[in-house]
Amino acid sequence: MKHTISVMVENHFGVLARVSSLFSGRGFNIDSLTVGETEDPTISRMTIVVEGDDRILEQVTKQLNKLIDVIKVIDMTGENFVERELLLIKVAATPAMRSEIMQIVNIFRAKIVDISFNSLTVEATGGKAKIDAIIGMLRPFGIKEIARTGRVAMLREFRGKV
Amino acid sequence: MELTGAEILIECLKKEGVNTLFGIPGGAVIAIFDALYDEKQIRFILTRHEQAAAHAADGYARASGRVGVCIATSGPGATNLVTGIATAHMDSVPIVAFTGQVGTAMIGSDAFQEADIIGITRPITKHSYLVKDTSELARTVKEAFYIASTGRPGPVLIDLPTDVTKAKVEFVYPQKVNIRGYRPKYEGHPQQIKRVAQAIREAKRPVICAGGGVISSGATKELRELAEKTNIPVTTTLMGLGAFRSDHPLSLGMPGMHGTRYANNAIMESDLLIAIGARFDDRVTGKLDAFAPSAQIVHIDIDPTAISKNVAVDIPVVGDAKQVLKELNRIVDPKGQSEWNEKIKQWKKQDTLSYEASSTVIKPQYVIEQIYEVTKGKAIVTTEVGQNQMWAAQFYKYSRPRTFISSGGLGTMGYGFPAAIGAQIARPEDTVFDIAGDGSFQMNIQELATVVQYQLPVKVAIMNNRYLGMVRQWQELFFNKRYSATSLEVAPDFVKVAEAYGVKGIRVTHPKDVRDSIQEALATEGPVVLDFHIAPEEKVFPMVPAGKAINEMIERMA
Ligand SMILES: Cc1ncc(C[n+]2csc(CCOP(=O)(O)OP(=O)(O)O)c2C)c(N)n1
Ligand SMILES: [Mg+2]
Repeated sequence: MKHTISVMVENHFGVLARVSSLFSGRGFNIDSLTVGETEDPTISRMTIVVEGDDRILEQVTKQLNKLIDVIKVIDMTGENFVERELLLIKVAATPAMRSEIMQIVNIFRAKIVDISFNSLTVEATGGKAKIDAIIGMLRPFGIKEIARTGRVAMLREFRGKV
Repeated sequence: MELTGAEILIECLKKEGVNTLFGIPGGAVIAIFDALYDEKQIRFILTRHEQAAAHAADGYARASGRVGVCIATSGPGATNLVTGIATAHMDSVPIVAFTGQVGTAMIGSDAFQEADIIGITRPITKHSYLVKDTSELARTVKEAFYIASTGRPGPVLIDLPTDVTKAKVEFVYPQKVNIRGYRPKYEGHPQQIKRVAQAIREAKRPVICAGGGVISSGATKELRELAEKTNIPVTTTLMGLGAFRSDHPLSLGMPGMHGTRYANNAIMESDLLIAIGARFDDRVTGKLDAFAPSAQIVHIDIDPTAISKNVAVDIPVVGDAKQVLKELNRIVDPKGQSEWNEKIKQWKKQDTLSYEASSTVIKPQYVIEQIYEVTKGKAIVTTEVGQNQMWAAQFYKYSRPRTFISSGGLGTMGYGFPAAIGAQIARPEDTVFDIAGDGSFQMNIQELATVVQYQLPVKVAIMNNRYLGMVRQWQELFFNKRYSATSLEVAPDFVKVAEAYGVKGIRVTHPKDVRDSIQEALATEGPVVLDFHIAPEEKVFPMVPAGKAINEMIERMA
């Protein structure tokens, strides 16, 4: 099962290596890992998406907590949370194909951020399903390059019944 | 007042109450050694290999309960510490290791004697620091000692670039440590402790399994109280030896691969297994799926990651063993002797640990029994690794904590002798015996110079079988006696080696001389090497073959 784990860490050098080696030391492949500063500049947030059975993930979560530089660990799996990823994708596009691509871009509320005689670069944000879908839709045109940021996530504040 | 980084380091060590430092100097730490030169409060012990410095710091820590400290230069000095740090990490021993590093401006340039020791030791330290600014040094040292000695103890490494030890800053030692990501939890959850008391009330066949955590938390008194109040039999793991008197009627001895048959049977038949500061190592559990099949499992441990790591736990209690047991003892109902106790008594009568005595060749078990008798059970025993270690665990009866010092988790050959040096320095009044193998002893034999230089009366008893015996035993039993690379036929004359260093050496080749030689060693003021030529093919029994359930033990042929 996929787990999205949010890890608050000290904003020091060396912390990323400690966290990532916890996963690699156990033969875990990380799907994605993002790091960035939080509202408190001494704290960074890592968002880690990883696949693994629940028992092993519980162990990894505990191991993360055990790291001195880790301040807080939240396994969001099963919680109500918002997740987003940023995609940059360069698609082969002759002038004749541009309008068709732009239609797709509009449907996904994405943006064209660069253009050349034979390519368009598209920026899209969204959850995993949306990002996968837009890539799928653009694939027939010929994908030249993809850059994905990996996911960032945050628990939703409103927890009551809707 | 402004001090150099090196001077600050020394001041910090004094503030932490450090009076002994083990290590070897070198270019990257020369400023620190210069600051040490005039220092009266800190005794520097120059070992002959950095590995030995780390093991000595570890032995010091295990014997005293205080933090052991070692220091090495950058590059090869630092990498030589690695085995010692890994050994301490596996057995949760508090040490702080200082390493020199090339200047901050040179880091990453493959400078002379540069090694990324932080990277190398990341998986084998509890935490580590690269100090980049002298103004951070005092706080870093304070944190390091705090982290090493609290929670589940472990090694902490501090890497010190040369410019950091040379620069001058104002020295202020922080009063308090505040690490927001590190708040060890000592008190167990009251509700969980109640559940344990309830489980004990209902259990018909309970067993306690006490590990090294009982010793490091200082909970031996509380453990005895719990056992005696409830009449629950106690098995002590290799790391837990000494946590519960082995001559106590409730003692089951050691479980696992070379444990007692009755300890293993008791675990396998138990309906409640209470593990305290033990981590279910595979040498204890044997085949995991078959382990303690009908037992409800209670696990008391300060480290949440130890819980349900190997064995699924029914009632976890995260907390310090001493505090949790205190609380448990307060609420648990007393229990009388039961059928279970009776059954165990019968088991203990039937299969005591035994060996085939001989009047012609020296049996290692006999040597250890004699060391036990002559030292009246009061020695601190360190061990090397292999058969010698298991015989030392089986045939010396430990009755006090911190008297059995052995590399359990990593199984490091060459550990025992330098650990004995550390233990002897920590406890100068005690007799310290290193029960050694001929193979292991040669891995740190150079430390004979250290015991002479500092007049440490450590006694080394070599169980000399001319083999890498434990490996040979596996080859004999499981590899058709194909003794691939386990014969130590080319061996030094250990007596002459000892003498070459200025240490008394005694060779013993006949059983009738065993006792006298031990007495002579004890009567000798300084260090002694006893070279016991033992039956070369003697094996350690009983034994659970790797991968088998712990009640599938093989015995010696009668
Ligand atoms: C540093 C290291 N290398 C290799 C081993 C593997 N090993 C385990 S026991 C053993 C033999 C030890 O021989 P010796 O010290 O003579 O002890 P004996 O078993 O003969 O008592 C070996 C090689 C180890 N535990 N540690
Ligand atoms: Mg041997």
